Amino acid sequence: MSAAATRPNEAERYYNYAYLDEQTKRMIRRAILKALAIPGYQAPFGSREMPVPYGWGTGGIQLTAAIIGPDDVYKCIDQGADDTTNAVSIRKFFARVADVATTEDTAEATIIQTRHRIPEQPLKAGQVLVFQVPQPEPLRGLEARETETRAMHAYEEYGLQYVSLYENISAFGRIAATAGYPVMVEERYLMSPSPIPKFDNPKMDDNEAILLFGAGREKRIYAIPPHTRVRSLDFEDYPFEVQTWEENCALCGAEDSYLDEVVLDDAGNRMFVCSDSHHCGQRRAEGHVGPMAGHQLANPVAEDGQ
Amino acid sequence: MSAVERLASEPLLRVADLSRWYGSIVGCRDVSFEMHPGEVLGIVGESGSGKTTLLKCLSGHLEPTSGKVEFDTRRHGMSDIYGLSEPDRRRMQREDWGFVHQNPRDGLRMRVSGGANVAEPLMNLGRRHYGEMRSATIAWLERVELDTSRIDDKPRNFSGGMQQRIQVARNLIHGPKLVFMDEPTGGLDVSVQARLLDLMRELVRDLGLAVIIVTHDMAVARLMADRLLVMRRGEVVETGLTDQVLDDPQHAYTQLLVSSVLQI
Repeated sequence: MSAAATRPNEAERYYNYAYLDEQTKRMIRRAILKALAIPGYQAPFGSREMPVPYGWGTGGIQLTAAIIGPDDVYKCIDQGADDTTNAVSIRKFFARVADVATTEDTAEATIIQTRHRIPEQPLKAGQVLVFQVPQPEPLRGLEARETETRAMHAYEEYGLQYVSLYENISAFGRIAATAGYPVMVEERYLMSPSPIPKFDNPKMDDNEAILLFGAGREKRIYAIPPHTRVRSLDFEDYPFEVQTWEENCALCGAEDSYLDEVVLDDAGNRMFVCSDSHHCGQRRAEGHVGPMAGHQLANPVAEDGQ
Repeated sequence: MSAVERLASEPLLRVADLSRWYGSIVGCRDVSFEMHPGEVLGIVGESGSGKTTLLKCLSGHLEPTSGKVEFDTRRHGMSDIYGLSEPDRRRMQREDWGFVHQNPRDGLRMRVSGGANVAEPLMNLGRRHYGEMRSATIAWLERVELDTSRIDDKPRNFSGGMQQRIQVARNLIHGPKLVFMDEPTGGLDVSVQARLLDLMRELVRDLGLAVIIVTHDMAVARLMADRLLVMRRGEVVETGLTDQVLDDPQHAYTQLLVSSVLQI
């Protein structure tokens, strides 16, 4: 903010900075503080109508709006990719209503809003990862009553959650659940990590960044402060495992990232590529080469030109 | 356990002057009794006589207006169940009690398999070894005479009688001290009812369980219960050994109740 940029209507201009009014942001910040003070606890908040439908990230958008400032650098990903429709429009939304710089670079961003992934690149202190959460209650599928699930959280009665894992093993011979895999936070609160793949669950443990979770329709905010213990549930004889792939990323050759399967034609050809588009791009820029490097999918600009 | 030993032992449940009012309407009034380990107590009476209210009060689901329910808990010894903190009471209910509902849909999770329903109490008690829980479940399905190959079927795919057997297994697997049963054979046809009753009687005797069974069916009471409480308009009008009450009813209402049983 240079002095030259100061306009006479500065106060009004910032009254509705970042879309939400000041009182709403204050209320959300209070809920965030409460959530950070009790890691894994679902703090209720007065979720507002947002200019997108429920299910499109209203919880995440409200969290971002409450914490963002003009000096922040904002990144938004959907399923790991920066260039998907939802990510692009939410990023544009904040570029417009909050006047912030945006980026696709994970390391450069101060606030990263995400749906369904945690970036591959480890997060650092000072960064905030904002999750969009459809269903904050991990027990909801097994216990429909909110009064009962609240009591179960209050009294730490989490045996029921194991019923879902038990069902998984008896049906598939292993814990086949892959997304939204339940975790224990600081051995106290059972928490749904939102529908991230369980591949990302270990990244939450002892993370340096602040992890904030917002569920707009369900009106709940919860959080994992930096350096918090996060343990994925499992059985003694069926320990927690993450997904593995037989192939590497077709474009960048990464062996250790979360891969998406892309069907190329109806003749059975397919490729596996990093779901984290920035991570993959960065690796290719560093000279890593996968078996299908140079494929048109690796070069979206050329594809646009068709 | 013989009747003499039973009386010599410390009571398992002690109910004193228990009353429950719904506003000005009486649910049950001035109920007092003691129960010993291994005893099966039947509560009989017509609809609206306060049987279910009494059962809810005894099982910790409905706080009585006045009076006391004391139970010999594993963790806290003999204690007033409504004097325990809520988490302690819930844990005691999980660990020491079972509750067989009349409608299996109330007592089972319909969205998870029969096997998981039976294993759930073990998980609630903190067991985290799948293989052990699985074999315990199979053993219990055998014990309630269910086809173990159907362990992973959903409850809705079982018949009413089989659902009730799953419910029985689910409520016994964790080794409770006391099991509440609310019309466990209601809604089943007579042959299924007879087989289920036979099974439950065998299990109760084998395990030396204490059971409180609420029923309006005199035949069920005769088969299952050692002792009966006869209720009418919220009050216990007669109590005694089952055979004594049914063969030689003293109170006019009990006489009416016994004589109303249909004969074939």
